[in-house]
Amino acid sequence: MSSREQILASVAKNQPIPVALPEIPIFSSEKSDLVEKFTTVAVGIGSKVFRVNSLKEAKQILLKEHKASKRIISTFPQFSDVAEVSIVPSTDPHTMEDVDLAILEAHLGVAENSALWVTEELLPMRVTPFICQHLALVVSPKAILPLMHHAYEQIGMKDYGFGVFIAGPSKTADIEQSLVLGAHGPRTLTIFLLEEQ
Amino acid sequence: MTVGLFIPCYVDQFYPNAAIATLELLEKLGVQVVYPLKQTCCGQPMANSGYEHLTHESNELFVKNFKEFDYIVAPSGSCVLHIKDHLHSDKYPAEANAIRGKIYELIEFLTDVLKVDKLKARFPHKVGLHQSCHGQRGLRLAQMTELVARDFSKPEQLLSMVDGLELIELTRKDECCGFGGTFCVAEEAVSVKMGKDRVADHLQHEAEYITAADMSCLMHMEGILRRQKSNVKVMHIAEILNAQEI
Amino acid sequence: MSELKDHAALAENFNADELRVNWHDETLWFIRQKRDRSAHAIPDWELLRETASQIKHNVLSNLSEYLEQFEANAKANGVIVHWAVDAREHNQIVHGILKKHGVKEMVKSKSMLTEECHLNDYLAENGIEVIDSDLGERIVQLAKEPPSHIVLPSIHKKKEEVGELFHKHLGTAPGVSDPQVLTETARQHLREKFLTRRAALTGVNFAIAETGEFVVCTNEGNADMGAHLADVHIASMGIEKLIPQRKHLGVFLRLLARSATGQPITTYSSHFKKPRKGHEMHLVLVDNGRSIHLGREDFRNSLKCIRCGACMNTCPVYRRSGGHSYHNAVAGPIGAILAPNFDMKKAADLPFASTLCGSCSNVCPVKIDIHNQLYKWRQVIVQEGYADSKKTLGMKAMTQTFASPATFRLAGKAGRWFMRNVPLAVSNKLNPWYKQREMPVPPKESFGEWYRKNRK
Repeated sequence: MSSREQILASVAKNQPIPVALPEIPIFSSEKSDLVEKFTTVAVGIGSKVFRVNSLKEAKQILLKEHKASKRIISTFPQFSDVAEVSIVPSTDPHTMEDVDLAILEAHLGVAENSALWVTEELLPMRVTPFICQHLALVVSPKAILPLMHHAYEQIGMKDYGFGVFIAGPSKTADIEQSLVLGAHGPRTLTIFLLEEQ
Repeated sequence: MTVGLFIPCYVDQFYPNAAIATLELLEKLGVQVVYPLKQTCCGQPMANSGYEHLTHESNELFVKNFKEFDYIVAPSGSCVLHIKDHLHSDKYPAEANAIRGKIYELIEFLTDVLKVDKLKARFPHKVGLHQSCHGQRGLRLAQMTELVARDFSKPEQLLSMVDGLELIELTRKDECCGFGGTFCVAEEAVSVKMGKDRVADHLQHEAEYITAADMSCLMHMEGILRRQKSNVKVMHIAEILNAQEI
Repeated sequence: MSELKDHAALAENFNADELRVNWHDETLWFIRQKRDRSAHAIPDWELLRETASQIKHNVLSNLSEYLEQFEANAKANGVIVHWAVDAREHNQIVHGILKKHGVKEMVKSKSMLTEECHLNDYLAENGIEVIDSDLGERIVQLAKEPPSHIVLPSIHKKKEEVGELFHKHLGTAPGVSDPQVLTETARQHLREKFLTRRAALTGVNFAIAETGEFVVCTNEGNADMGAHLADVHIASMGIEKLIPQRKHLGVFLRLLARSATGQPITTYSSHFKKPRKGHEMHLVLVDNGRSIHLGREDFRNSLKCIRCGACMNTCPVYRRSGGHSYHNAVAGPIGAILAPNFDMKKAADLPFASTLCGSCSNVCPVKIDIHNQLYKWRQVIVQEGYADSKKTLGMKAMTQTFASPATFRLAGKAGRWFMRNVPLAVSNKLNPWYKQREMPVPPKESFGEWYRKNRK
């Protein structure tokens, strides 16, 4: 008998009488302004949040905040004057090693935890939002949802190769519980809530 | 209403004043109380050590002693919880089952059955309330800090009826004292450290007395207090609720 | 750490340095408080826990079906699925994959399962170097110690000790202990590893039967740095990590980080569904005793565990005895109910390393009745003959006395019976009660004696 069969047989023999899957209840979410809640939580975990009316405005803020950035990449063509905007997916991810700043788009945000949902199709390559020194994510304030349940409702059964919720800059507290931002991933996360024109 | 008074073995032997206070308090509240003389122990020390299979005889004895009463009341959350969770009898299954439903820890008997809303008691001291785990988390005598739920505390409700009593706040409201039955000797180092930390919390907030609904926790903390030559005393909650100090 | 010492003895060693115990206790209590604040900010927290618990109940009761469904979907996604009956097979599978690709060095993100399987040692014996990339795990790896906590592997280490380790191994200046500086050093050190390793192993927090994807949660981004840079990504998971549908992640991701550290969510919740083009993604499904555990009615609920560590942070015993005193990959209350399933003899002491205070069950995000299982394991361990024979004799003597009211009464002029029969009773140094506590003062009469005089 293969290990697979052996495990499945042992599990089938030992599992209890089937119990029905519960419905996910409708969980209460705060009535307060979602963008405000999102912003408070995001700032609380070390992100910077800006409400902007255009990508141009976002660009000005970023260039001021990240003056020292040498290599910038983005998926927005509007950044082509300062960033590489057409990285092909077949590029060796190791070449992203020296990226100082990446400016990318997120599908949606979640107010309760300030997490932003990004999938592979919004990324030059999977490693991008992790390997860059600084990360900026752009999302529509209309795409801020109250709870994780709403986010998964929206995501539904959509197909992707890789997807990630990103909440704040990379961090660790493994040394005596002292919080340090910038563990292995980005040292900062800047979020732009871009009003649709 | 006749109440069978169940006095845990170590309270009988070491802390008769807690038992006397329980009896007097119930009598003052108009309850007819009987103390079955042939009682010994609920079997918890064996069961918690992994020897529940040895508790048949003490179970049978417990059933014989207490089956006839309307209620059984004991001044110990821990022993009551043990009976509620584990009392079984092959000889008297129905009686054992009934006992599990009608046994009460003293505090909950006062608040839930007798619905006491005033007490003639006076105890003009600063008191720290230790929430014994089995009473609190097992019998739900008070809300637990871990849960997101409505706050309540049956012992505090009663202590607030005692004239002159000042209840102190604690930094850790419901942390275990480390007694834990045979844990107190089997894991001596951790048990003592837990006890020292619990006592320190009360001392820091200037308690003159530490009280609880379980004498076992208090016995443990008293051992530590006395070793530290502290003047702070432990006292079972029944004694405070029955106190008539001027 | 000696295998022969039990929890009590190891805990006593830990307690030799009281200031350190205070520090350890306070550090973990701080996390418990963060968890409380976070949980209390969710009004229907208890409903969330209940829902998670019920979903997991459904998973356990349909596990074989979910495993097959998951495998089929994962395969369709292009993932290579392996099955390992035990730790040895798991290690062999991982080794086989690495051998096939000629890989001699691998980065690994946090996986308690590989700790359970002692993968690093196995690979080292086979000439493969594993670098743990989670900062805490890297610290204990450099110290040649196992993690002492499933979420906070180096929670027992002071920053000065980390500084010394980094000085010795990573070349920081002597005496540096600033967490900011040390973390930056580790960042540079590990970045080089991420960029040069061709294989990366990650754990799995949740695997979705419906879609064949799996989710890995980290704060540091180390799982992603490893997986997205390497040619080969291996993910190891216990078979109990399955959840039925993607939408159930909404429930579990809300609970996990809040319970673990008080964060609203981990920085990264990465959903791996398909391998990168031209690269391999392997998934190893490991049983290693779990299916047997599933058959133990009283204990199977412990397989609901999502490894948040909340029970450790709240446990007053864990906080004052340290993770290593549990001599098991998973320490604390959850470790104490999981370990006896694997090796009852070796773990016979662990269910007794508790006061049964019940705080663990209250913080558990999937509502495992941890303290009740500790009680039940005690019964099993005694019945199976793993208890100390002296203890058994003592318990039998105690039972006889309690069974007979006459003996009990005879035994006591107040206190005398206790003094003779209860192990805590004699006032000398051999008595563990008396070592650091005074004995209760026997009163002049017992309550029974008083009652006979005053009421009858």
